[in-house]
Amino acid sequence: MMDLSAINPILLLASLMVAATPILLAAIGELVVERAGVLNLGVEGMMITGAVCGFIVTINAGSPLLGFAGAALGGALLALVFGVLTQVLLSNQVATGLALTLFGLGFAALLGQGYIGIKAPVIPKWPVPVLSDIPVIGPILFNHDPVVYLGIAIIASVWAFLGYSRAGLILRAVGENHDAAHALGYHVIRVRLLAIMFGGACAGLGGAYLSLVRVPQWTEGLTAGAGWIALAIVVFASWRPWRLLLGAYLFGGVTVLQLNLQAAGMAIPVAYLSMAPYLATILVLVMMRAGRAPGSLAQSFHASR
Amino acid sequence: MPRVEALTTKGMKMKFKKLLAGTGIALALATGAFAQDKTTVGFVYVGPVGDGGWTYEHDKGRQAVEAHFGDAVETVFVESVPEGPDAERVITQMVLQGADLIFTTSFGYMDATINVAERFPDVKFEHATGYKTADNVAIYNARFYEGRAIQGHIAGQMTESNIVGYIGSYPIPEVIQGINSAFIHAREVNPDVEFRVVWAYTWFDPAKEAEAATVLIEQGADVILQHTDSTAPQAAAQAAGNVVTFGQASDMSEFAPFPRVSSIIDDWAPYYIARTQAVIDGTWESTDTWDGIPEGMVSIGEITEAVPAEVKASAEAMIAAIRAGEYHPFTGPLTRQDGSVWLAEGETASDGDLLGMNFYVEGLTGDIPQ
Repeated sequence: MMDLSAINPILLLASLMVAATPILLAAIGELVVERAGVLNLGVEGMMITGAVCGFIVTINAGSPLLGFAGAALGGALLALVFGVLTQVLLSNQVATGLALTLFGLGFAALLGQGYIGIKAPVIPKWPVPVLSDIPVIGPILFNHDPVVYLGIAIIASVWAFLGYSRAGLILRAVGENHDAAHALGYHVIRVRLLAIMFGGACAGLGGAYLSLVRVPQWTEGLTAGAGWIALAIVVFASWRPWRLLLGAYLFGGVTVLQLNLQAAGMAIPVAYLSMAPYLATILVLVMMRAGRAPGSLAQSFHASR
Repeated sequence: MPRVEALTTKGMKMKFKKLLAGTGIALALATGAFAQDKTTVGFVYVGPVGDGGWTYEHDKGRQAVEAHFGDAVETVFVESVPEGPDAERVITQMVLQGADLIFTTSFGYMDATINVAERFPDVKFEHATGYKTADNVAIYNARFYEGRAIQGHIAGQMTESNIVGYIGSYPIPEVIQGINSAFIHAREVNPDVEFRVVWAYTWFDPAKEAEAATVLIEQGADVILQHTDSTAPQAAAQAAGNVVTFGQASDMSEFAPFPRVSSIIDDWAPYYIARTQAVIDGTWESTDTWDGIPEGMVSIGEITEAVPAEVKASAEAMIAAIRAGEYHPFTGPLTRQDGSVWLAEGETASDGDLLGMNFYVEGLTGDIPQ
């Protein structure tokens, strides 16, 4: 028996925004990294490191705000390891990124040893005054915790930065053709290192959103593949910030919908529902003509070449 | 990424051993290091010992064994062992480290336990919640459905939306017994109550459990029952504010008096102590234990003041009746979901029926995934 009336579309859309936030944060960071011409496959590792760092700082300092700052810092530091290896020591980006994920998972498990089963302080919702009282739209868009708004703000800032600022133009130049950017006198490696650290910080925030808001608890393997989805969404979005928002919501939406359909008694075998989000990602990747990748993506740069 | 580690309470010495574990030299060292006069008892856990639920209670049982026997017994445990081939490796490792008795504490370790037991006939194995035995493999389980009856009885009267959410782990008989038992006793006190079941396909995954709880709450459930091991659903209910929960496998009293209004507590300590004693005495035999409230293997955590006094009183009366053996939670007349008669008036379910249970009782909606 199916009872679709049990699904409240307003709550569904609101939880979609929440479910999308971790991958959205991680993906927007990776988007900037890739626009700078670097492919960092270590998103999953940076996310889970951020998740555990954020959790540890929050428990010890008692402040979720500091926790998120710690998560961003943890993610950025791990990303810096990747940056030094690939930009300074010129190691292969794909292999180093994969290693970063494996390292991050183990490292986070080690750091989190004493924190399994501890309760995190609850982060209150932050309804936007006036706007959250609008019927329908209010509860969907304006009744969330601060990090959901932060995610959207970061998307908007990245869009403005890449499209309308001189620094953004330089970053894109470095990503499109690092030799030309170098010839023009821009410091390719410095730009890339900064982009990589920004990507790590965003991934860390995404991870902390899981351990501090979504779950909220620390457990090993908490991110459960969210970092890989974030990587796919960047390609899906053809490296454009607003499309990335769309992709993250699509994915978040399918995730939430499958649980809702199950609870409503949908007669589809659970296995199909569980794989639906991943299937949707693959389908979209296949069907959409992926946009052109940044010209120097995943290529090492050295001034002498 | 499976993480495997062996720790004992002997601290650094064992940590050192852990570091060496896996290398051939270490194996030889470790095997020799366990003196024969000491009985070594191993435990394999499906979650971390800090899960606050299922594994936490098994580990309390392990600690009780240590406290009871003192220096005569040494215990070893490995936590967060995935069900499947990895388990076989971990159990084998434990045998090679000199364990005399090994408790494997999750349903999914069944085949792994049997396989290892075949290769080491001199070591005793005990598998929790499974059904395969051998000369050196005993099985033990608790009648969780007795506790579920109490939960259903309270849940049916606490719900105002008449929707009870149920987070199932895997569609195996033990979990289905729980759903049926809770539902029968909720319907008994509230003919309008409905159950919504979400299968999480995990024993322990806080992210997934939290998400499942949130979805159920959004669909109107104001009571959440869980057959998964973490406290994440409790946290989700607490965030929602007006949702009742029950502790699962452990008391989860950090969420009392509300949302957690009561709990099912597994108490493995007496069993673990008795079985260890049997190994020491040389009287160990392969047995099939299925104990519940009467024997104390299942107990009901404090019913908090959030529950109305008369509901609490009737729930306690039910506990007393089960303890005295006067009441069986599956007593006819009971009909299956498809309308066929299962138990006639006054008839109680046989253990065989319960152990193979793969159907919902009448009134439950949805299908059990096959």
